[in-house]
Amino acid sequence: MAETNGRFGVHGGQYIPETLMNAVIELEKAYNHYKNDKAFNRELSELFKEYANRPSGLYYAKKLTEALGGAKIYLKREDLNHTGSHKINNVLGQALLAKKMGKTRLIAETGAGQHGVAAATAAALLNMECVVFMGEEDTKRQALNVYRMRLLGAKVIPVTTGTATLKDAVSEAMREWTSRIEDTHYCLGSVMGPHPFPTIVRDFQAVISKEIKEQILEKENRLPDAVIACVGGGSNAMGSFYHFIENKDVRLIGCEAAGRGMDTFETAATINTGRLGIFHGMKSYFCQDSYGQIAPVYSISAGLDYPGIGPEHAYLHDTGRAEYVPVTDDEAVNAFEFLSKTEGIIPAIESAHAIAHAMKIAPTMDKDKIIVITVSGRGDKDCAAIARYRGEDIYE
Amino acid sequence: MSNIKSAFEKGKAFIPFITCGDPDLETTGKLVRAAVENGADLIELGIPFSDPTAEGPVIQSANIRALAGGVTTDKIFDFVKELRKDVKIPLVFMTYANVVFSYGAEKFIFACKEIGIDGIILPDLPFEEKEEFQPLCRQNGVDLISLIAPTSKQRIAKIAKEAEGFLYIVSSLGVTGTRSEITTDLSSIIKVVRENTDIPCAIGFGISTLEQAKKMAAMADGVIVGSAIIKLIEKHGIDSINAVGKYVKGMKEAMV
Repeated sequence: MAETNGRFGVHGGQYIPETLMNAVIELEKAYNHYKNDKAFNRELSELFKEYANRPSGLYYAKKLTEALGGAKIYLKREDLNHTGSHKINNVLGQALLAKKMGKTRLIAETGAGQHGVAAATAAALLNMECVVFMGEEDTKRQALNVYRMRLLGAKVIPVTTGTATLKDAVSEAMREWTSRIEDTHYCLGSVMGPHPFPTIVRDFQAVISKEIKEQILEKENRLPDAVIACVGGGSNAMGSFYHFIENKDVRLIGCEAAGRGMDTFETAATINTGRLGIFHGMKSYFCQDSYGQIAPVYSISAGLDYPGIGPEHAYLHDTGRAEYVPVTDDEAVNAFEFLSKTEGIIPAIESAHAIAHAMKIAPTMDKDKIIVITVSGRGDKDCAAIARYRGEDIYE
Repeated sequence: MSNIKSAFEKGKAFIPFITCGDPDLETTGKLVRAAVENGADLIELGIPFSDPTAEGPVIQSANIRALAGGVTTDKIFDFVKELRKDVKIPLVFMTYANVVFSYGAEKFIFACKEIGIDGIILPDLPFEEKEEFQPLCRQNGVDLISLIAPTSKQRIAKIAKEAEGFLYIVSSLGVTGTRSEITTDLSSIIKVVRENTDIPCAIGFGISTLEQAKKMAAMADGVIVGSAIIKLIEKHGIDSINAVGKYVKGMKEAMV
């Protein structure tokens, strides 16, 4: 991979205030040390296995496959991890690293609340203080997750600035980090932000594709034809793609949230509607106006409601190694309901974006083709919001 | 020689920060002229950004008000051109990397030269990334201002060695905004700066009172004040001219 000094092609870098520079340099040094440290890796593997319930299953979705009538579909069940999503992979890694660095406090941003819940969980387990920044709009959309974080001992701070969603939560967490660095690690939740975060988060999430590869070889004795995952910042997709990048015959497909459609302003499809920019510590693609003001993006999914995308995804897009496709709210909600009914699996609305795209392409593929879809999280948290989308007035 | 140096030739420099277009450009013009009349030596003109991650709530709100009022980079360029007919002191832009990058760095920095902007401050462009704009800035004779923070430690010397215009010494951890107390050991930081460069240094972040200005001016060559001025603009809107002028006068006098 073209990865030098935190760059993926032209993307990446460290566009952050001077105040934070020594913190990211210190983090990079610590990470480079511990990633090759046997004891650290043993401890992390142990946590993955005993605490997070890894490996997550690779499930053959027979009914879904039959219903769509094309390619054979496997689901990578990240929804069955402890805390209900892939976010726990990264958080256990970062929390353990922070602890080794002598940090006693974790701060995190969250959109849907899944990363916040995972961070609060790791903090509880490792005896760390935890503060989670969450857009006020999202605290309403994901009230259950706010309660879960509080139950786990974290403090949740609703962010009221800007659009009061994920991007504002990231900005506020960055601001908090500049004010308190000594004892605090910023546990960034996606493959984004300044170097070394995109690399660290990708490495901790890469366990997903490592397992998929082993599992599919065992079950099918061959690699899949396509791997599909949803993309906001892009951590579950990066984790799902990573070990397949070298296998050029495996199509890698990231599904972006198109919200109410790419021809509207209410979209969060960064690759499809954004352009190159510098924000949140990285150079990458961003939804922005002609003067570089960051666009107030929208998606029904709080976890994909972000105006940027991780720099390695931007690079995979530039090189054509991965494709990024838009999926609307409507398509995602249909997929949410369809998977629930056909397989008895309620996916997170984020993951439903990946299911929706598979529903489009599976029927066009031969029956001997294989698709793996990463179900990045479970959908319990979304039920009330989807019911409201369908006109039923349910509140948790 | 950098025009910015002239701001530090008449004793300690007072540097107010004003967000362009808050609440409108006509008011910004009056505020700049009032600041000049009352002793400002250099002015930081903010080009608003939608998501200013280095700012506290006061300047964040100013950015939002300015953008809501419809100000754009092009309108600010026209405004500065007009301003330059009578405002002679050095002027620098303070904005975020994406505002420059997205406009087209070459076009943006050339425009700075054309309209008479002497420097650019980008809080999200650290030493490691300055190559992004530095060559273009040099070509056009626009100083790219470097920042030093309380956490810079071993980085101070290398940043100081390559600094241009003036050095922006960040007084405290955290984002912009007034503080009742500044506890960073700034004199130790400035000592290292002095060992590595002759360019002037100005302290900013958190300064609002006369007493703080006096104390900071004793250590550095200049003092930068943002949030305290923005608060006056927020409170008085288009009628903030006298209040800001009076404030600048008081601060400048306190620093002598």
